[in-house]
Amino acid sequence: MIQKLPVQERRIVYKHVDEEGYTNDIECYLKNGGYEVMKKAYQAQPEDLRQEVLNSGLKGRGGAGFPTGMKWKFVDHKSGKPIYLICNADESEPGTFKDRQLIYQDPHQLIEGMMISAFANNCAQAFIYIRGEFINGARILENAIEEARAKNFLGDDVLGSGYSCEITVCRGAGAYICGEETGLIESLEGKRGYPRVKPPYFPAVLGLYQCPTIVNNVETLCQVKHVIDMGGDEFAKIGVKGDSGTHIWGVSGHVQRPGYYEIEAGACTFGDLLHDFCGGPLPGRQFKALIPGGSSTKVLKWGEKFKVKHPNDGQEYEWGVEDIPLDAISIGLCGTFLGTGGSIVMDDSTDMLEALANLNAFYGHESCGQCTPCREGSLWLEKLSGRMTSGKARPEDVPLLKDIADQVAGRTICAHGEAVAWPVQSAVPKFQDEYLDKISKQASGQRYNPAGYPLI
Amino acid sequence: MDLSEQTLEKIEKTIAKFPKKRSAMLPILHLIQEEKGYLDPEAEEWVAAKLEVTPIQVREVVTFYPMYRQKPIGKVHVKVCRTLSCALVGAYKVCEKLEEELKCKRGETSADGKYTIEFVECIADCGKGPVVQVDDKMYELIKPEKAGELAEEIKRMAEAGPEAVATAQPGTPGFKG
Ligand SMILES: Cc1cc2nc3c(=O)[nH]c(=O)nc-3n(C[C@H](O)[C@H](O)[C@H](O)COP(=O)(O)O)c2cc1C
Ligand code: SF4
Ligand code: FES
Repeated sequence: MIQKLPVQERRIVYKHVDEEGYTNDIECYLKNGGYEVMKKAYQAQPEDLRQEVLNSGLKGRGGAGFPTGMKWKFVDHKSGKPIYLICNADESEPGTFKDRQLIYQDPHQLIEGMMISAFANNCAQAFIYIRGEFINGARILENAIEEARAKNFLGDDVLGSGYSCEITVCRGAGAYICGEETGLIESLEGKRGYPRVKPPYFPAVLGLYQCPTIVNNVETLCQVKHVIDMGGDEFAKIGVKGDSGTHIWGVSGHVQRPGYYEIEAGACTFGDLLHDFCGGPLPGRQFKALIPGGSSTKVLKWGEKFKVKHPNDGQEYEWGVEDIPLDAISIGLCGTFLGTGGSIVMDDSTDMLEALANLNAFYGHESCGQCTPCREGSLWLEKLSGRMTSGKARPEDVPLLKDIADQVAGRTICAHGEAVAWPVQSAVPKFQDEYLDKISKQASGQRYNPAGYPLI
Repeated sequence: MDLSEQTLEKIEKTIAKFPKKRSAMLPILHLIQEEKGYLDPEAEEWVAAKLEVTPIQVREVVTFYPMYRQKPIGKVHVKVCRTLSCALVGAYKVCEKLEEELKCKRGETSADGKYTIEFVECIADCGKGPVVQVDDKMYELIKPEKAGELAEEIKRMAEAGPEAVATAQPGTPGFKG
């Protein structure tokens, strides 16, 4: 199955991103066939639409990759309470910048996807929780909502269907943890973004205001529009078994052409992405490490080999980083995750200890502080790795890093605990030789690797 | 607390958009901060009365979220992203250069009250790093060599009146934020 296809983008949700002359107002959207899928969808039964999404195999694009149709199936329709839909536009995972383009350049696609999803799940009201820094993004969305309301695409008695639904925009205020769905819900209730304990607070049953709630990522909701347009079975034909549709790869760091590329799942490899699309390494440099899907996914190292048996074809493969096909199944076989598709590339000018310290500083800053392992662990990791980069490291600090991380993962309320641990747990075994070398050489307090930029 | 008619009107409209009043907390705090520059105890009490919660419930929110301020800041607010993608292409050098040019340390406001520099976490524009958000405007691909140029622009913004720095309005074709 991993035969090499000609490498090209397949733009579905990004069809109009960066298109010459395409603007984010409703007239332009309507000229390009906007809201036609919604009109069609509103003729159907909500449960049939949900079945299409289930058949499509669409998985959430917010990072965890949970099947969307399944998430929708868990929603409690019998409680008699209102059901809420929340679009997660927090886009806070470092390395991730895919939802930004959809919000800024094609807001009506998101609104159409949301109004289809809201109708399909009998939602009483929908919300967009957008990160506080997207000030203009929030303005664009609010403007788009008013435009859509004027045409009766949302609000009361939408398109004469008898169904009514509002979309309300809420801007966050700079806390990463509000991207976690239950932290987001708390924030939307006007509180600190403290993630909730699951069980019992599964959003599908006890979400916003203790009512059944669906939280989906921006891109997921945009994909829903295309699922309904094509039909679930047609959509499922795109990509590979177990991972249908396209993924947006947002590449940053040390490549010639950083940027975003929408690629059919499994259609090419990391090598194709980084060389053909991104133009390869910077002049005179070589790739050294790759964080494949947002900063919390486990790091890959050039030179590593992954021996895998692929469930889709039963074949055995031996892959280097560049050979890994770009689908969730294959990437998962290599011990890491597709996540948000936000790939951070590091070349041989990078001091890997500084890179780790940079991420540890992020996670230390963003822990909400509710659970001791995450609050203390993330701060210890931040302080320890920070100290290690400043010439005051001892060799025993290297296993200590891993030891701390091992005591965080799996012991916390939310997956931020894993996000804290995974970069350390993956980087320490792979780069410990470099760390130890640095420790032995840097006693003078000088920067160890002055070739690259300082990272901490 | 005296708030402009405009802000008061926006606050009422915002509250009406949510099924429960308390949900309007974050948007209202943004609105007040936009007008007043920061959130003082008086503002907290005012919001508490407005949303029918206790003042401590407002304070909890103000102190949790990095974007809310309890002190005034400089006229121009400069946020430099420090997270990995931006750091790999020079964000730390950019921040140093801006600190030097604007005579203002990260996390502080310059003595003349013109600038506040913050070294912030990822602002979701990692492919165009290093990025610097100046008030509500994004400056992308600010390599260390270009930081001086940006500093000049920031200085011009601090001299100019608020009209000059207002951005284009959404809804106008081509507005991309
Ligand atoms: C610490 C943390 C941060 C997260 N940040 C985001 C985010 O910024 N955007 C997002 O869509 N999902 C984020 N998620 C995932 C959400 O919890 C949730 O799984 C997702 O919004 C569900 O949408 P999906 O099923 O469409 O992917 C985060 C999760 C964790 C644990
Ligand atoms: S794991 Fe961390 S971020 Fe999540 S609830 Fe616990 S302390 Fe907060
Ligand atoms: S790391 Fe700077 S914008 Fe994401």
